[in-house]
Amino acid sequence: MNVNLQGDREALTAFLEGEIDHHSARSFRDCIDERVASLGPKLLVLDFSGITFMDSSGVGLVMGRYRTMQQQGGELRVQGAKGTIRRILLLSGLDKLVRIE
Amino acid sequence: MKPTNEMKLAFESRSQNESFARVAVAAFIAQLDPTVEEISDIKTAVSEAVTNCVVHGYKDCIGKIYITAKIYPDNRVRIIIRDAGCGIPDIERAMEPLYTTCDTGERAGMGFAVMEAFTDRLQVRSTSGKGTSVYLEKRIASKAAR
Repeated sequence: MNVNLQGDREALTAFLEGEIDHHSARSFRDCIDERVASLGPKLLVLDFSGITFMDSSGVGLVMGRYRTMQQQGGELRVQGAKGTIRRILLLSGLDKLVRIE
Repeated sequence: MKPTNEMKLAFESRSQNESFARVAVAAFIAQLDPTVEEISDIKTAVSEAVTNCVVHGYKDCIGKIYITAKIYPDNRVRIIIRDAGCGIPDIERAMEPLYTTCDTGERAGMGFAVMEAFTDRLQVRSTSGKGTSVYLEKRIASKAAR
């Protein structure tokens, strides 16, 4: 897994790469949270275009970041989620909470 | 109907084995020449079932997870994921979307909903204190039909 973080306090984008499952979710979470805590961005974008596999652990990952951004008065967006990954996010109803582009 | 091929796996309930399990099942099913989407569906469903064994079945310990996969002449695949862990006290409740008993991590409670959505048939049998078996079934469209 790898997370490439780009941006500033206005908008931070986390380009996620690899497979998201229960085992890898913690590393993704820690990488993103560390930068979000130090930077305090207004907008956090999770980019899934480099994700090759995801199960419902990815839903937990998005939900958790949504809560963090809510607490900070910021916004969360999801982009680049296609195929099975998009299906799982929609199945969980996440699109009612988070803008999925 | 008798299966035309069968494989069995046994491995420890360590989270790093989640990817091993789904890739192994996908490799076995590859002989049916499934589409990318069919393989992705099966990998996702297997990953959910195995994660349940790791997170819930063997919550406080490491135990064995057993997978049996069978291929039938009508291109049906039957996968059984079994643990000898704590069991599920209320299966109906556990299968509700967004329901989770896990309060330590970020579990979405979507495991069974995903398994159901990505396969043709899902069945769960569980005995408290004895373990849980998840039966997944999916028909792989034959190449001629595509």
